[in-house]
Amino acid sequence: MYKKLMVPVDLAHIEVLEPALQVAADLARLYAAEVCYVGVTSTTPSSVARTPEEYQHKLDDFARQRAAEHGCPISARTLSSADPAADLDDLLLQAIGDVGADLVVMATHPPKHLGAILPSHGGKIATHTDISVFLIRPTEG
Amino acid sequence: MENDPRDERPGEADTSSEGVPAPEGPANLIDTDYVIGQDNLATSKLGFSIDLHGKVFTISALVTVFFVVLTLALQAEVEPLFNALRDWLTGNLAWFFLLAGNIFVLLCLGLIVSPLGKVRIGGMHAKPDFSYTGWFAMLFAAGMGIGLMFYGVSEPMSHFGAALGGTSVEDGVRTDWAPLGAAAGDPEAAARLGMAATIYHWGLHPWAIYAVVALALAIFSFNKGLPLTMRSIFYPLLGERVWGWPGHVVDILAVFATLFGLATSLGLGASQAAAGLGYLFGVPEADATMVLLIMGITAVAIVSILAGVDKGVRRLSEINMGLAVLLLLFVILVGPTLLILTGFFQNLGGYLVNLPALSNPFGREDANFSQGWTAFYWAWWISWSPFVGMFIARVSRGRSVREFLIAVLLVPSLVSVLWMTAFGGTAIDQFVNADFEGVRDAALELQLFVMLGELPLTAITSFVGIVLVVVFFITSSDSGSLVIDTITAGGKVDAPKPQRVFWAIIEGVIAIALLLGGGLAALQAMAVSTGLPFTLVLLVGCYAIVKGLMSEPRG
Repeated sequence: MYKKLMVPVDLAHIEVLEPALQVAADLARLYAAEVCYVGVTSTTPSSVARTPEEYQHKLDDFARQRAAEHGCPISARTLSSADPAADLDDLLLQAIGDVGADLVVMATHPPKHLGAILPSHGGKIATHTDISVFLIRPTEG
Repeated sequence: MENDPRDERPGEADTSSEGVPAPEGPANLIDTDYVIGQDNLATSKLGFSIDLHGKVFTISALVTVFFVVLTLALQAEVEPLFNALRDWLTGNLAWFFLLAGNIFVLLCLGLIVSPLGKVRIGGMHAKPDFSYTGWFAMLFAAGMGIGLMFYGVSEPMSHFGAALGGTSVEDGVRTDWAPLGAAAGDPEAAARLGMAATIYHWGLHPWAIYAVVALALAIFSFNKGLPLTMRSIFYPLLGERVWGWPGHVVDILAVFATLFGLATSLGLGASQAAAGLGYLFGVPEADATMVLLIMGITAVAIVSILAGVDKGVRRLSEINMGLAVLLLLFVILVGPTLLILTGFFQNLGGYLVNLPALSNPFGREDANFSQGWTAFYWAWWISWSPFVGMFIARVSRGRSVREFLIAVLLVPSLVSVLWMTAFGGTAIDQFVNADFEGVRDAALELQLFVMLGELPLTAITSFVGIVLVVVFFITSSDSGSLVIDTITAGGKVDAPKPQRVFWAIIEGVIAIALLLGGGLAALQAMAVSTGLPFTLVLLVGCYAIVKGLMSEPRG
């Protein structure tokens, strides 16, 4: 059914992502698919890494560790931007093509009032790509 | 496992599509335990997320409210106080500003030719984030665009007029405002001196001021791995203490200078743009016009910062540069073409010849000029430098130091020479050769339009002029809000977007409050006064640049 699942990963907020990571791993095992974690970082130093290269290393390590835990192949890719908060959606959309993903599994928050002005990334991605997008909402609350 | 993460070129990252950086190559990171954002308050309980440096944000906000309320409530009392502070600084410390300005220029020129110029911002193999066009457009839009619109015609005319009038002495003190020894009764010499003095204020020195801040921040952020915020400049001097109060103070001061510099410019600029609209189209110069202008500018700026640096600020800056180039070409082609083209080289020569005398910090006889004009300008540029410098730093990753300095110092200086020659030269030509005194007699904000009025297609060019003024305000407002947000978020550029919107709105609100309640000029005097502490910051920046570059690999 699916061959390559893309999971947007923010190393600064792993706890929020946990359900999405779990679902992605389950689906990957079910379809014998490969998972690719995609991280977007700023070119300026951030709270996670002081250079984009360091971010890539950390994401690679994270992917390796999760691959062992989940028992499915997981690769990692880091994208950088001068303004990641604004460019995130475009970079993720571009990454879908670059990694050749056929399903996006991503964590998102429940709809909020501000959504009209600042739409959620998951919703934005889903409206701008042809492939399937699986949005994972937080389990409680 | 497909990838070995220790490999310099992991399999995935090797597919070098856009947005995937190639390995950045060697750089010399500073070893610190400080984690960016460790002092931040982050929550998403308010219905939207925030992520702020607790102390810097809180104190900046309180200081802002305090000064706005103080200025509104006690305008009559504080205005003379703030003005006296500014005048005292530019009067008594003129030598210090001029001397510091010269140090900045010499350092930048020295770095261009030194081997340190080979160091690349962001590591030896870093790739630029922006094209030359986009990069250059943003440098200009953030730093100088609006000033060139207002002073391109008026300043050459002022110096020309003063120089032509000659010197006058009362009680052994010169009372005229002419630069150097003036050029009494000699229009040609007065024009030359007037242009040289103007270019001096818009050439190498202001750009060197911006370049010092930008380069210091770029090196310490992209190569040394410190947060993109003013305090990082002090790392070589203070070490780990920059994460404490000394750093907080520098950052808060930067927020103060940027916020009040922007808000007061926005307020004063709105009244100038309204005057232009009134002159051209008979739009009433009422408070409502100006408030609508500020709200409009702020609204577009908010759209732009939500779209981000690349899709918002860069695009607007490029549109603006395109329009400015068109207007410049128009004036060159339709105005006295030959005079402008030969004038470009004459003025460049005149600038270089007069530069040593104009930039001499000591024993000046033209005190009114060197203090009232030059020192004021230096304080002004320097008070803007945290904002412009930090924005330039953010978009300059991937450039070598030499490339950076040529693009931030030399090219803009030449553009300033051309711009001043075209706009000021045309106005002076109208005065000298066509006996047209309209420009000289017009109010400062109208001089550009009066000059354009003497050329064909006035309606179109004046409209383009107004649009340029407004869009330059937008590009200053959006880049300024991004800078303030980054500083108050402890150097995070990926803080939640509502914070950017917050700062853009605050700028507009302060501008409107002071426009209606009075005190724009007073608060601007206060903002310019921050030029003094920032001159010290910039001098530290010079030391930091050299120290930082010495420890970088050169390739």
